[in-house]
Amino acid sequence: MIESPAATEHIQAHPALQHHFENMEQQREAGTLGMWVFLVTEIMFFGGMFLAYTLYRSKFPADFASASNHLDITLGAVNTGVLILSSFTMATAVWSTQVGKRQTQILCLVLTLLLGLTFLGIKAVEYYDKYEDALVPGQLIPGRPFGPEVAQEGDHDRHKLHLLPGATVEHVQMFYWIYFAMTGMHALHMVIGAGLITFLIIFSVKGRYDPEYHSPVEVIGLYWHFVDIIWIFLFPLLYLLGRHFEH
Amino acid sequence: MRAIEAFEPPPPSKVNYINAQYGLKSWLLTKDHKRIALLYLGSITFFFFIGGLYALMIRLELLTPQGDLLQSTTYNKVFTQHGIIMIFFFLIPSIPATLGNFLVPMMIGAKDLAFPRVNLLSWYIYMLGGVITIYALLAGGVDTGWTFYTPFSTTFSNSYVVATGLGIFVNGFSSILTGLNFIVTIHTMRAPGMTWFRLPLFIWSHYATSLIMILGTPVVAITILLLAFERVARVGIFDPALGGDPILFQHLFWFYSHPAVYIMVLPSMGVVSELIANFSRKNIFGYKFVAFSSLAIAVFGFLVWGHHLFVTSQSVYAGMIFSFLSFAVAIPSAIKVFNWTATLFKSSISYDTPMLYALGFIGLFTIGGMTGLFLASLATDVHLSDTYFVVAHFHYIMVGGALMGYLGGLHYWWPKISGRMYPEGWGRFAALVIFVGFNLTFLPQFVAGYLGMPRRYHAYPPEFQVFNVLSTAGASILGFGMLIPAIYLVWSMRYGKHAEANPWHLPGLEWRTQSPPPTENFEHTPIVDWEAYEFAPPEEMEVVGRFRRELETA
Ligand code: HEM
Ligand SMILES: [Cu+2]
Repeated sequence: MIESPAATEHIQAHPALQHHFENMEQQREAGTLGMWVFLVTEIMFFGGMFLAYTLYRSKFPADFASASNHLDITLGAVNTGVLILSSFTMATAVWSTQVGKRQTQILCLVLTLLLGLTFLGIKAVEYYDKYEDALVPGQLIPGRPFGPEVAQEGDHDRHKLHLLPGATVEHVQMFYWIYFAMTGMHALHMVIGAGLITFLIIFSVKGRYDPEYHSPVEVIGLYWHFVDIIWIFLFPLLYLLGRHFEH
Repeated sequence: MRAIEAFEPPPPSKVNYINAQYGLKSWLLTKDHKRIALLYLGSITFFFFIGGLYALMIRLELLTPQGDLLQSTTYNKVFTQHGIIMIFFFLIPSIPATLGNFLVPMMIGAKDLAFPRVNLLSWYIYMLGGVITIYALLAGGVDTGWTFYTPFSTTFSNSYVVATGLGIFVNGFSSILTGLNFIVTIHTMRAPGMTWFRLPLFIWSHYATSLIMILGTPVVAITILLLAFERVARVGIFDPALGGDPILFQHLFWFYSHPAVYIMVLPSMGVVSELIANFSRKNIFGYKFVAFSSLAIAVFGFLVWGHHLFVTSQSVYAGMIFSFLSFAVAIPSAIKVFNWTATLFKSSISYDTPMLYALGFIGLFTIGGMTGLFLASLATDVHLSDTYFVVAHFHYIMVGGALMGYLGGLHYWWPKISGRMYPEGWGRFAALVIFVGFNLTFLPQFVAGYLGMPRRYHAYPPEFQVFNVLSTAGASILGFGMLIPAIYLVWSMRYGKHAEANPWHLPGLEWRTQSPPPTENFEHTPIVDWEAYEFAPPEEMEVVGRFRRELETA
C-alpha cells in the first residue's frame, strides 16, 4: 500500500505497466498476493481429500496398509527426488531473472520443464501398473472394474494383492480411490504447471523479463513450489505410512 | 413526484463508462469493473426471474392440501431447482458481483480491480456454469434438493445430478475469482491516505465475504467432484456398502454451505451499514466493532456447520460443541444490529427508499437470526428440523435480509450506476409492498413448521391449509412488489431525472466523481484526508455546499 503522495508519481512508465496500477511495485505486489490467495484456495481444495484420507485411514488401518504395500516405493521415491530438484531449478530461474542472467534463466526453466515431464512419465508408468493389476477403483475405466487378484498365504507374486489380517478388498478400493483422486489431481496441476512454464520459456527467449519486470516468473514459481509441496505430503501419506505393518 | 421532472432538459452530457464505447463487442470484451458489474446485473436478474417462476409453482401447488397441480416427482424437481438457481446463481453473486464489482474500486479510490481480465473471466465462468445448469434443467432436471444428500444423489436419484453438479462446480470458480480479486484489490490498490480504518464498512464486509469465498468454495468444489465420481463410477467414498460414509458428504457440504449463508448476508450487512450511517447523517456508532464483527462472522462461520447434522449420527458431544459455537456466532451479528440501532438513535433520519429497505433488513434479519438460535439448540432442533420452521428461518435471512439489502443498495447507488434517479414515490411504495408481501409469505410458515408441517412434500394434511393459503397470498403480493422496481428501474434508464454527482450529499469517495463515472473512475487519483462517514455536526449542516466546492476544484 502506498501511503505517501510521492510514491504515486510516475517514474518512467515501464512498458509492462498496466494502466490501472500506479507503478511497477504495486503491480508486482498485486500479482504475488494474488498467487498466494490462489494457493490458499488450492490448500482448501486438496484439504477436502486430505480429510477423507484421514477419516478412512483411521477407520481402516490394516486395509490402508495392505494397499499401501502394493505401491511402488522406488518409483515414488525417485519422483520425490525429481520434484525437489525441479523446485531447485525453478528457484534458480527466479533468482537469475531478478539479477538479469538471461542464459541461466532460460536454462533453468527448460530443466524445470523436463523434470516436471519426467515426473509425469514415471507417474504414468505407475498408473499403468495399477491398471494391469485391476486396481483402478469402481468403474472408472469402462470394461475394467476394480478387482485385484488376492494372494494366498505364501504366494509372493507382486502383482497380487497381499491382504493383512482384517483387511478387505472393498476397503483397499477406498485407499485406491483416494490415491487416484489425490495423485490424479496433483498430476493435473503438474500438467497445468508445465504449460505455464512453456509460456515462460517462450517469453524469456523473446526477452520479455528483466530485473524490473519479473513477476510472472516469480508467481509461476510460487505455483510450482506449491505443487511440489503437495507431493511432499502425498508421498509419505500414501507410500510410507503403515508399511511397517508387514512383517 | 420526481417522475415529472424526467422531462427537464438533460445537462450537457459527459463521457462516462457507459457511453465511452459502443457495440456489443465493447461490452463482451470489456475490462472495466463497472461494465462487468452491469453484465452481472443483467445475468443475475435473468436467473432471479427463473428462480421466481419455480417459487410460483411451489406456492401454487401448496395452495391446496392435495398434490394436484404437480406430481410428487415434478414437485421434487421444482423446489430443488428453485433452491439451486436462487442460491448459487442469484444470491451468492448478487451483491458482490454487481454492487461490489462496481463499488470496491471506487470506494477505495482505485481505477479498477487488481485483475480486470480475471474479473471478466469470472463473468464468463459464471455464464458457463449457468448454461450447463440450464441445460440440466431442460434435459430433465434434478430432484435431490439443493443439498445433494448422499446416498440418494449418488445411487437412487434418476435425474441429472452430474450435469447440475458440474454447473455448480464451474460457477464456484467465478465466486473464487471474485473473492481473490477483492482481497488483492483492497490490500494493494487503496488510494493514498485511504487507511484500513478509513475504509467504508461496505469494503470491510466485502473483505470478509471474500475470505469465505476463497476458503469455502474450493471445498464444495471438491465435494461435488467426489459426488460426481461416486455417482458415475461407484468408487465408494460415500457408499456405506463399500465402507464409505454418507455423512462425510454432509460434513463437507455444510463446511462450505454454512459459511456460504454468510457470503449471502455479509455483503448485505455492508450495504446496510452504509445506508444507516448515510441516511441518518451520522458517523456509524462503533465503526471498529462493526468492521471486526464482519471478520468474526467470517471466521466463526466456519466452525458451526455441524448444526445442520444434529439429527444425523453425529456424536452428541460434537452436537453440543456445534450448538455452543452457533450461539457464539450470533454475537457478532447482534453487535451489528446494536450498533446500527445506536447510530439511528437521535439522528436525523430521512426515509428515502434505500433507507426503508435498510430498516426492513434490521427487523427481518433479527427475526431470522433469533429463530436460528431455536434451531441451534439441540433439543428444539429435533422437533423443528426439516419442517417449515427451517424454511421460514432461512427465508427471513436470505430474502428478508440479503435480498432487502441488495434492493436497498441498488436504489441507493442507482444514480451513480445509471446516471439517473429512480422515481422516489414508486420506490417507497414498492418497498412497502415487498415488506408486507414478504412477511405474509413467511410468518405463517413459522407456525406451520412449529405445528409439524414437514418441508419438501407436495401434499399436506388439511389442517395446515390456512397457513399455506396465507403464504401463497403473501407470495403473490411479494412477486407483484418485485415487478415494480424491475419496471421503473428500466424506465428510469431512459426517462429518469439526470442524477448529479452527489445526489445524497455524502462524503464517500464514490460520490466525488461524476454520475455515471468515467472509465477511469476519477480524473486524478484521490488523496484521502478525511475519516469514513465524516459528517459535519448538525448545527453546521453545510455539507452540501462543501462537497460542491470540492467537486468543482477537483
Ligand atoms: C446469517 C445468515 C443465515 C442464513 C443465510 C441461514 C440460512 C440457513 C439455511 C439456508 C438453512 C437451511 C438449510 C437446509 O436446506 O436444510 C439454515 C438452517 C439452519 N440454520 Fe441458519 N442461517 C443463518 C443464520 C443462522 C444462525 C445465526 C443460526 C444459529 C445461531 C442458524 C442456525 C441454523 C440451524 C441450526 C439450521 C438447521 C436447521 C435444521 O435443518 O434442522 N442459522 N439456515
Ligand atoms: Cu448453518
